[in-house]
Amino acid sequence: MDWFFIISSGVKIAVITFGIILPLVALSSLAERKVSAFIQDRIGPNRVGIPMTLLGGKKDIAFFGLVQPLADGLKFILKEDFTPKHVRKFYFWLAPALVLVPALLTVGVIPFGSTLKLLGHHVPLVIADLNIGPLFVFAISSLGVYGIVLAGWASNSKYPFLGGVRSSSQMISYEIALGLSVIPVLMIFQELNLGAIVRFQDKNGWLLLPLWGDGLSLQRWLLLVPLAISFVVFTVSIFAETNRMPFDLPECETELVAGYHTEYSSMKFALFFLGEYAAMIVGSGLIVTLFLGGWSIPFGDKIGLGFEAAQNTWWVGLLHLGCFLTKVVAFIFFFMWVRWTLPRFRFDQLMRLGWVFFFEIALFNVFLTALILMLVK
Amino acid sequence: MSYVVERPKLTLAERMYFPSILKGLSITFGHLFRFVTGKGKVTMSYPEEKWDDSLPEHYRGAPTLVTDEHGRERCVACQLCEFICPPRAITILPEPIPAGEAFAKVEKRPKAFEIDMIRCIYCGMCEEVCPEQAIFLRKDYAITGTSRAEMVHDKTRLYQLGGVREGLVNKWNPLK
Amino acid sequence: MPSVLFYLFSAIMLGFGILVVALRNPVSSALSLAASFLGLAALFVSLGAFFIGVIQVLVYAGAVMVLFLFIIMLLDIQAEQRRKLNLPAVIGGSLLVLVFALQLATVLGDFPAGHRILNAAPLSPTAALEARRAAGTVHASIDQDLAAGKLPDVKLIGETLFSQYNFHLQIIGVLLLVATVGVIVISRREDKTAAPAEPSSPAPTPP
Ligand code: SF4
Ligand code: SF4
Repeated sequence: MDWFFIISSGVKIAVITFGIILPLVALSSLAERKVSAFIQDRIGPNRVGIPMTLLGGKKDIAFFGLVQPLADGLKFILKEDFTPKHVRKFYFWLAPALVLVPALLTVGVIPFGSTLKLLGHHVPLVIADLNIGPLFVFAISSLGVYGIVLAGWASNSKYPFLGGVRSSSQMISYEIALGLSVIPVLMIFQELNLGAIVRFQDKNGWLLLPLWGDGLSLQRWLLLVPLAISFVVFTVSIFAETNRMPFDLPECETELVAGYHTEYSSMKFALFFLGEYAAMIVGSGLIVTLFLGGWSIPFGDKIGLGFEAAQNTWWVGLLHLGCFLTKVVAFIFFFMWVRWTLPRFRFDQLMRLGWVFFFEIALFNVFLTALILMLVK
Repeated sequence: MSYVVERPKLTLAERMYFPSILKGLSITFGHLFRFVTGKGKVTMSYPEEKWDDSLPEHYRGAPTLVTDEHGRERCVACQLCEFICPPRAITILPEPIPAGEAFAKVEKRPKAFEIDMIRCIYCGMCEEVCPEQAIFLRKDYAITGTSRAEMVHDKTRLYQLGGVREGLVNKWNPLK
Repeated sequence: MPSVLFYLFSAIMLGFGILVVALRNPVSSALSLAASFLGLAALFVSLGAFFIGVIQVLVYAGAVMVLFLFIIMLLDIQAEQRRKLNLPAVIGGSLLVLVFALQLATVLGDFPAGHRILNAAPLSPTAALEARRAAGTVHASIDQDLAAGKLPDVKLIGETLFSQYNFHLQIIGVLLLVATVGVIVISRREDKTAAPAEPSSPAPTPP
């Protein structure tokens, strides 16, 4: 453990959290509103820009509303931070933090890029290169449910409470489908290190797009069947885990006012909001890493833009980073697209889908994958 | 008589959700695509673009007072509109026209005429009831103010908004 | 591992462990237990046992304690009343703890590995690889990791579970299944007498 490692880790934590995740959160809150507007034939927020008129200029620069998140943030900070009298104070304050912190912690194991050649050192673009990547993400994100449950309980009123109860049962149910659906993937990689998983896909074709390297074998193409099932189950479970639209029952406003954050205002509410978006970004990152090749460029290994190239040239590392972010942003768009298309599920439908349908199909999928791995070499 | 509502039988594809989800996704993506390529219909950006030009003739905007072609205020302070106004938005203080003035034979005119635009519901009853065709609903719809007092239109403001209406306006004229 | 961290995480674990018993509000107790689990997981991680640490978080803190919390909230268990100190119980309890600690100390004292500190016995993947080669166990992915000087703890645990302890694993699986089926049967039987019969035809709707 040398000094370079410690310093570079610190820098990575700061840059990835404050330079990538939080700006992404801010921008996706704007993008969400824009996408929803486009889908509904509206324009969406397009006013907030640099207020040149305040500084004595002639016209404001609107920038297509790109400064909107800043205004939202300012609004959240300036609003009255109201704590109702009937809440359980300590837990009421603790809950928002418990939602945001796990969401940001899980970022630690996701490889944002291959390596960056800096000052003669190879800096892997992942904060913690753990051997148990996906498990770490599941473990830490399962802690996020404490925040929601506590918020519901500490608010000491019925709608938040119902939201909290719903969210905990929903998250526990879908964790099972999530865990089971990822097993076929891990069986193929024989590896739990997310960095190694991406390097494998860099060499041998993405899991869902085995077009180069060893990916062009019969086995990999047969495996596409269980992998597609895995992908669907995993993606839907991530939707459920992050409380995103078709499954946003914990905060469904038609039944529960605003669910678990009904009693929250100002910055405390903003933390829930940030936590939800951060979880969405990490979820997209995980799906991209597991199924869509992480930072790897299609055919990158064949055209000299693969992992080895990044060892020698610094800009390939940056290219990989950009590739990863592009994929993640595309997947975040998918999240939004689904949100503004589908109506909310009923709670019993949600539970049935999780327990009766996804659980069984994920279990069956494990056997199917094992069978293919055994029979077709 | 009671009857049983038949639930439609769902086909397998419908029960699987996925085909309908894909269909929905393609519909929303179509809207998004049309927007991005600039072909779709989009809502107006309000303060820059307005409906004003396409407002129909019978549009009921803010009630205003008008003068006739001789510059006489048409209102004779009969107070009919004050009595008919459902939310009681109108307050009139009549005064006799002093002898010797140009229109002394009209006898009465409003000394003060106020319409509280916070109360007004734009129903058009005042216009309907006025025997002198002195009060009209115009096309102004963006009546704003920063205080309650500002939202009460006094006589000058009402004439300023209303302007002149020439000729004897036939009450049952379809165009007013 | 820097010993500062060891003491920090031990303090977290023990401190919250004490809070579990000391606090009167059941929700606080449950949360303290979860925090204590987190401290324990951190200790595991600092020993290099990432898998066990993460499973500790995933299973105990993430699933079991959430269920506990869920049930405590649903049943709306109120905070216990403060009772007067029961002197015999306190003395008995502390005696029990003392005896237990003594027993642990003696057992660990007799255990040879208990005398060595971690730094004196570093993990040696290459030595492990040679031992595996000598024993004749081959597994490409594990050997590769060991050769690269990494500790593939998840893979090793998997290998041990599914080769050496396969039978035990199956038995435990069946036991759990039996328990699950039992729970379902018990809850079903109550259902039959209590729940009203399903309406055979859809209820008429007023026009
Ligand atoms: S506006 Fe018409 S109805 Fe009202 S007081 Fe004047 S004349 Fe009478
Ligand atoms: S439009 Fe209706 S509400 Fe408004 S002043 Fe006339 S009568 Fe009153």
